[in-house]
Amino acid sequence: MEHIRTPKVENVRLVDRISSKEAALGTLYLTATHVIFVENAPDTRKETWILHSQISTIEKQATTATGCPLLIRCKNFQLLQLIIPQERDCHDVYISLIRLARPVKYEELYCFSFNPKLDKEEREQGWMLIDLGEEYKRMGLPSNYWQLSDVNRDYRVCDSYPTELYVPKSATAHIIVGSSKFRSRRRFPALSYYYKDNHASICRSSQPLSGFSARCLEDEQMLQAIRKANPGSDFIYVVDTRPKLNAMANRAAGKGYENEDNYSNIKFQFIGIENIHVMRSSLQKMLEVCELKSPSMSDFLWGLENSGWLRHIKAIMDAGIFIAKAVSEEGASVLVHCSDGWDRTAQVCSVASLLLDPHYRTLKGFMVLIEKDWISFGHKFNHRYGNLDGDPKEISPVIDQFIECVWQLMEQFPCAFEFNERFLIHIQHHIYSCQFGNFLCNSQKERQELKIQERTYSLWAHLWKNRADYMNPLFRADQSQTRGTLRLPTTPCNFMYKFWNGMYNRFEKGLQPRQSVTDYLMAVKEETQQLEEELEALEERLEKIQKVQLNHTKVKSKQSEPSKHSGFSTSDNSTANTPQDYSGNMKSFPSRSPSQGDEDSALILTQDNLKSSDPDLSANSDQESGVEDLSCRSPSGGECAPSEDSGKDRDSDEAVFLTA
Amino acid sequence: AWGGARPPRPVPAPPACREPGHPPPEPCGAVTASDLRDSGVPWLRPRGNMEFAELIKTPRVDNVVLHRPFYPAVEGTLCLTGHHLILSSRQDNTEELWLLHSNIDAIDKRFVGPLGTIIIKCKDFRIIQLDIPGMEECLNIASSIETLSTLDSITLMYPFFYRPMFEVMEDGWHSFLPEQEFELYSSATSEWRLSYVNKEFAVCPSYPPIVIVPKSIDDEALRKVAAFRHGGRFPVLSYYHKKNGMVIMRSGQPLTGTNGRRCKEDEKLINATLRAGKRGYIIDTRSLNVAQQARAKGGGFEQEAHYPQWRRIHKSIERYHILQESLIKLVEACNDQTHNMDRWLGRLEASNWLTHIKEILTTACLAAQCIDREGASILIHGTEGTDSTLQVTSLAQIILEPRSRTIRGFEALIEREWLQAGHPFQQRCAQSAYCNSKQKWESPVFLLFLDCVWQILRQFPCSFEFNENFLIMLFEHAYASQFGTFLGNNESERCKLKLQQKTMSLWSWVNRPGELSKFTNPLFEANNLVIWPSVAPQSLQLWEGIFLRWNRSSKYLDEAYEEMVNIIEYNKELQAKCSRPVKDMINLFREYLLD
Repeated sequence: MEHIRTPKVENVRLVDRISSKEAALGTLYLTATHVIFVENAPDTRKETWILHSQISTIEKQATTATGCPLLIRCKNFQLLQLIIPQERDCHDVYISLIRLARPVKYEELYCFSFNPKLDKEEREQGWMLIDLGEEYKRMGLPSNYWQLSDVNRDYRVCDSYPTELYVPKSATAHIIVGSSKFRSRRRFPALSYYYKDNHASICRSSQPLSGFSARCLEDEQMLQAIRKANPGSDFIYVVDTRPKLNAMANRAAGKGYENEDNYSNIKFQFIGIENIHVMRSSLQKMLEVCELKSPSMSDFLWGLENSGWLRHIKAIMDAGIFIAKAVSEEGASVLVHCSDGWDRTAQVCSVASLLLDPHYRTLKGFMVLIEKDWISFGHKFNHRYGNLDGDPKEISPVIDQFIECVWQLMEQFPCAFEFNERFLIHIQHHIYSCQFGNFLCNSQKERQELKIQERTYSLWAHLWKNRADYMNPLFRADQSQTRGTLRLPTTPCNFMYKFWNGMYNRFEKGLQPRQSVTDYLMAVKEETQQLEEELEALEERLEKIQKVQLNHTKVKSKQSEPSKHSGFSTSDNSTANTPQDYSGNMKSFPSRSPSQGDEDSALILTQDNLKSSDPDLSANSDQESGVEDLSCRSPSGGECAPSEDSGKDRDSDEAVFLTA
Repeated sequence: AWGGARPPRPVPAPPACREPGHPPPEPCGAVTASDLRDSGVPWLRPRGNMEFAELIKTPRVDNVVLHRPFYPAVEGTLCLTGHHLILSSRQDNTEELWLLHSNIDAIDKRFVGPLGTIIIKCKDFRIIQLDIPGMEECLNIASSIETLSTLDSITLMYPFFYRPMFEVMEDGWHSFLPEQEFELYSSATSEWRLSYVNKEFAVCPSYPPIVIVPKSIDDEALRKVAAFRHGGRFPVLSYYHKKNGMVIMRSGQPLTGTNGRRCKEDEKLINATLRAGKRGYIIDTRSLNVAQQARAKGGGFEQEAHYPQWRRIHKSIERYHILQESLIKLVEACNDQTHNMDRWLGRLEASNWLTHIKEILTTACLAAQCIDREGASILIHGTEGTDSTLQVTSLAQIILEPRSRTIRGFEALIEREWLQAGHPFQQRCAQSAYCNSKQKWESPVFLLFLDCVWQILRQFPCSFEFNENFLIMLFEHAYASQFGTFLGNNESERCKLKLQQKTMSLWSWVNRPGELSKFTNPLFEANNLVIWPSVAPQSLQLWEGIFLRWNRSSKYLDEAYEEMVNIIEYNKELQAKCSRPVKDMINLFREYLLD
C-alpha cells in the first residue's frame, strides 16, 4: 500500500481509442492489486478492472488542454487510455503504477491475497487435479525400456528440472550425471513423451557443451540409451530448433550442437526457430499493427507480414510436425533441444505431443500438457512473462506462441479439440494475471521453496470447475480427426496460418464476429440434454398414467409442458451492433467500448460474471437495430446475467460522416 | 461421381457443369456412362447441331489420365461432346468428370515425346490436367476445347440444349415478377408506382420493361430524365425501408458535361422522393476526381446548386480491368504453393482484392447508415450504374432488410438488383482469372458482391437462411451453367433470346426441397434487425471456400459442418419427440374424463 501515492482521482476520462464515442467520465481508483475505473454515469456505473500484473507498459503522454493522458498497455492485449485532469495526479498515478506493476517480491503478487473462498481441502484437491505421475502411467510408463529416475532427487543434478523424470533403463546414474555435465545448465536428456504404439519417444535437453571439438562419453552413451529404448528404429533424430547460424555461434562460447561423427546412429537436424528476442520484437510489431487507427487493408497486411509473426508460428508448427511425423511414421525417437531447452524446446515438444496424442486435445489433457512440458520442465514463467520486476530482455511471448499454434490447429481441425478458443484465451490471461499459483517462479524447485501449493490456488481446478464454458460443441471423440495423430498436409500451405483476431483484438468487440457459432451450438447441445431428460421423465409419467387409467383409479397429475424452445441466444453478439464509422476518415467503431474484462476483476471467474464478461455485450442489444437479444437462455444455462447495460451505445450512431 | 472434381465445402454443391443426382445431362436424353463405353460415337453429335460435330475432330480417346489435386490419378476414356468434356474410368462405381466447355477459362498444352498433356483452367479456379497419348489426338482435343469453350453465339450455349431431368415444381422464370415485388411495398406506401415506359426497351435498353418510380412523375418526364442519364438509366426505386419510409434509388450518372447541363425533370424526380424539409444523400461510387473527369466525356455528377436538398458523397470503388487484374493476381497467389509465409501475405496484399472488398462493404454500410440512422433517402450511381452501383444497393439491402437474408429473398434480390437491373453478366463473366485475352469489360463485379455477402455471413453466422454453398453455387452458375438465368446482358437481350421459352431458369432447379436443403444454413434464426458488419481489416478475411477451394483439403471442415448439422437435427428430433408424450397424456386425460 505504501506504493500508492494517490488512491483515488476524480473526473478522469476513459478514452475510447477506436471509436468516436465521447470519453467516459469517471473515477480512478488504485488498490493494492487493481486499477479500477468507475464511470460516473449513474445508470451504468460501468467498471473497468485491471490487475497490476497485467500491466505491460505505462506511458505518460504530453499534457493537453483537457488534461494529462496516460496510456496503459496490458499483457492480455487490453489497451486503456485515461485522461487525468491534473498533471500532478497523473504523475502520482504514473509513479504508483510503475511500482505496482513491477513487484519485487513474490509475496506482492495477487495470488497470495486472492481468496476464492475455498476451504483447505478444496484447495488441496484443486492442486491434485493434474497429476504428472498419472500422466506418465497413461503413456505406458514405466516400461521395459523406461524407468523413473531419482537421480534428480532434491534437485541434485539439475535445479531447473523436476525431481521425477523418466530416463532409459540402460542409462545409469553415472551416465546421467556425466551427460548433465556436458549440457547447458545440466539439463540432460529426459523423456517428454512416450508413444506407446511403437515405443518411439520424444526426449528433451539443452545444448551440448561441445564447443568446437569437445565430446563426452556419457552424453554419447545417453543418446545411445535413448536409441536402444526404441528397438523399432536403429537411429534417433537430434533436432536443434535453432537456426544453424545461432547454433554455430554458440560453439565459440563452448556450447553448440552434436557432431554426427561422435554420436553413433543419430540424424541431426536444424529447424530454424528464432530466439526470444526476435519473437519479442515480432510481437511488438504485430501489436503496433493492431493499435493502428483505421488502418487500410494494405497497412494491416503489410504490417502483419513485416512483423514476421505468422512466419514464426509456422516455424514452430513445422518443427512440431517434423517430430510428430518422425515418431508416428518413421517410428524414430527424437531428442529435441535449443540452447537451454526451456523455450523453443518446450514449444516444439508440446506441439508434437498435441499432434500425436488425442488425450492432449481434451480439456484435462491440455492442462496436463502444459504442466508437463512447461511447468515441470522449468520454463521460466517469471522471467518470460515479467511477473516480478526483472530484465526486460528476458521477456518473450514463448507460451503465447504455443497457445496460438493450438488455435491455428483448432481452425484446421474443428472437431479435434474438446476445448474451445475461450479456454486458450483464459489460460493466456492467467499466465500473466498471477491470480493462481501455477505459473509462478522459474522452476519446480522455486515453487516448492515458496510453498505455492499451500499458499495459493490452482488455475486448473478453477478452469475445470467452469469447464462447461470451455467446451467445443463440435468435439467428437469418435471422429476420424479426433483419433490418433493429426495429419497436416505435406505441402507448405502458407495460407493455413491466420491472424488470431480473437486473441490480439480480444477487447475490441467491434472487430469480432457478431454471432458466435460456438455459443449457439453449446446452447443447442445444452437444450438437447434437457430435452433428453424431459423426454425420459415424460415417458415414465405416461407409463404411470396408463397404468393408473387401466386401474380406473382417479389420478390427478400435473403434466409438464415441454419447455419453450423459442430460439437461442447467440450471446456474444448483440455486441455493439451499431454502425461503425464507414466514412473512412479517422475514427471508426463508435460502438466499441473497452470492456472491463471480468477476468481482471477481483472476483474469480464465476459462471455468472463470465457471461457478463463483456460489458458491451449481453444485455445491450440495440433494440432498434443489431442482433436481437434472442435470449431465451444463455449458452451456459445460467441466467444470462445482463451485465450492467453499460455498453448500450449511447451514441454510436451519429453518422460521423456528416461532420467529415 | 467426380462431377465437380471434388466436393466443395461444407456440403457438396452441385457443380454448374453437372446436373446433380441425375444422369449426365445430354440433350438426346438419358445417356449413361455405360452407353458411353459401349456404344460410343452416335450420341455425341447433339441433335440438330451439325456444327458441333465439325468442331470435334477426335471425339474419343482411350487411356487418358486425369490429375487433380488431392485425388489419385484416374485413367479412363475421354469424350468430347458439343458442350461437355467427359472422362470416364473403366472401374466399377466409376467416377466421371463432366466439365462444361463454357466453364473452361484457358488451356495449356505441352508434349513429352508422344505423350501430350492438356492443362485445363476453369472459371471456377479449378485446374486439372489430362495426359493424352498421341500427339495428334492431343492437338485435336485441345483445339476442339478451345473452340467449343469460346463459342460466340449465345444460342449455341448449353442452356439452349439442356433438358432438365427433374420435375419443375415452380417455373423460376415467374418466381420473381416485378409486380409481385412491388406489392410488397405497396402495402406500406402509395408514393410509388409501376411504370411501363420502358415496355419496348426504347427508353433504356438496359432496364427491364417495368420499373418503380415516384407516383408524381409521369412517363413523359421519365423519358426526359432518361435522356439526361447515362445509358438512359433514369433514377428508379431500388429499395424501400419500411421502418421509416426512406428509399434507395439508383441510376446512371447525369450527363452534365463540361458546361453543367441540367434537367429540371431529373431534379423534380429525385426531389419527389424527399419528405418536406428533409435532405437526401447522393452516393457517387467514384472519387470526386474520377467524377470530374467524367464531365469531359459528357458525364458528370449532380451540382449542389441544382440539387440543393441533396448532399453528395464520393467513394471510390474500382471497376473493370482493375478488378479483373486484382482477381488474376489473387488467384495466382492462391495457386502458388512455393512461396514462404511472408510472401503469401505480401501477395494477398498486392492483389488488392480485400481492399476492394473493404471499399465496397464500407460504401454499402454508409448507404445503409444514411437510410436507417440518418433517416435520409439516397440515390446511388457511378458511371453506368450497372456495376459498383448494384454492389452497393444490393449489399445495403442485405444489411437493412431481413428478407434479403433468406433464400427466397436473396434470389429476389439477385433477380431485381442484378438481372433486371441490367448488370451485363454476359460481358463481365465471359472469362475468369486464367484468361489471357483481357477484354476491358470482363470484371468480377458479381463475385466481389458474393464475397462481400460471405464476409457479412461470417460475421453474422446465424442471421442468414442460406449457407456458403449457396453463394459458391451462384458464382459457378454466373460463369458457366446449364440454366439460362445468367445469359445475356440485360432483360432486353434475354427477351430477344427467348430465354424463358428456350432455357430453364436456375431458380426452377434450386427451389426444390431436395436442392434447397444443401443450401440451407442450419444455424439460421430469423433476425429482424439491421445487421452492421465490421469493415476493419482485422474483420475481413480471404474467402477460402472460393479461392482455396481446390488448393486445400476441406475434409475436416466438411466433417465439422456435418457435426454441426447433426447437433441441430438431433435437437429438433428431440423437440418433436417431447411433444408427443404430452399429446398422448392429454388424450388419455380426455378419454379418462369422458369415461
